[in-house]
Amino acid sequence: MQLTDFIQKFEAEIPEIVPGTLKPETVFKQLDSWNSMQALIFIAMVDSEYRLTLTAENLYECTTLSDLFSLLEKKALETSKSQV
Amino acid sequence: MFTISGIKLSGLAVTVPQQKKSNHDYPFATTKEKDLFIKTTGIENRRIAPAGVTASDLCFEAAQKLLIEKEGTREEIGVLIFVTQTPDWLIPPTGIRLQHRLGLPKSCIALDINLGCSGYVYGLSVIASLMKCTGAKKGLLLVGDVSSSVISEKDKSTAPIFSDAGSATLLEESDDNDKIHFSLHNDGEGYQAIHIPDGGMKNKISSSSVVYENISSGIERNKLHLVMNGVDVFNFSLREVAPDAKQLLAYCGKQNSDIDYFIFHQANLLMNEAIRKKMDLEAEKVPYSLNDFGNTSSASIPVTLVTQLAEKLWNEKLSLLLSGFGVGLSWGTVILETDKIRCLPLIEL
Repeated sequence: MQLTDFIQKFEAEIPEIVPGTLKPETVFKQLDSWNSMQALIFIAMVDSEYRLTLTAENLYECTTLSDLFSLLEKKALETSKSQV
Repeated sequence: MFTISGIKLSGLAVTVPQQKKSNHDYPFATTKEKDLFIKTTGIENRRIAPAGVTASDLCFEAAQKLLIEKEGTREEIGVLIFVTQTPDWLIPPTGIRLQHRLGLPKSCIALDINLGCSGYVYGLSVIASLMKCTGAKKGLLLVGDVSSSVISEKDKSTAPIFSDAGSATLLEESDDNDKIHFSLHNDGEGYQAIHIPDGGMKNKISSSSVVYENISSGIERNKLHLVMNGVDVFNFSLREVAPDAKQLLAYCGKQNSDIDYFIFHQANLLMNEAIRKKMDLEAEKVPYSLNDFGNTSSASIPVTLVTQLAEKLWNEKLSLLLSGFGVGLSWGTVILETDKIRCLPLIEL
């Protein structure tokens, strides 16, 4: 799981975002095009690409793209431990 | 998981209100929001029942047409099940009123089931079970909702999604070669994922029930309106639906290739496509009625069958997997075969 790859995937799901413009420190909830529908699209992408589940609370607790990525890394680790 | 033998589907009809609403005209969202909504959910148009027209009226019309088509069946109907979350009254059960309106015998067992999006699958299981153990020759499953009656038009998280419809499915006693396979599940921990706060006995109607609250931008409703936690419902559906369908296929010794069509509850395109991909299904095998009929709650499976597969249902033998999921939380899958059933063209009221 790579941060740059994650940001590219995030950008791909949001219309009006020019690829390569978002940074790890971007506050995703302040993006003009971020809304509740976009949140569902993002959750679907995470489920499809990373096989991980994000809750509404998870999104609420995260501020930046880096926060989201760290959370996904943590979830991926927990998932792999539970499968051992 | 379980199997019921000796019962088959023999007829199907669906009624929708004539009145259409386009989500392009939805007044409580920006054009940008509406465009993204339509693209993501796949819902462009909805059908809205006029005031005074209930789910039982829509189901009644469908049943009447079906019973005229299948002349001489009324006296043989031994079970009537009405699945709805928008009954005519809290008391009495609306299904019993439908038994009388349809001219069915007093010996016909009639009862209501309070279920939403999983309701068609559950309804099939209950009616097939009752027919089997009572020896009824025929059964009538009526499934539908006028969700528009419990939704705030000023709530952009629900209003552009839900649509009204009623259906009638005729089942008949047959030989043991006809088998219907079921998998049914519930999780009451998620009871608040989709709910109406007031109006039941837990929170009785009071003056505060009808006061509109501004929940967030574009979401205004009162406590008699449906509340949906979109993320919880989304995650539940992604987690449970595909594994349940796969388990039932394995139970039956079948593979995806053995099924002609997979009809999922029409929740929204984003969710349904995620489920389709989890099951590795070709798009051609997964029809949708979302664009013109939205999410019609428990009626969405029959609406999809009638609007997308009527000709095939009428002329061919088909192997179908039907999957319903939603309020409860509740979910279920059924695998069955149909053989040239009387599937009527869509009825508009």
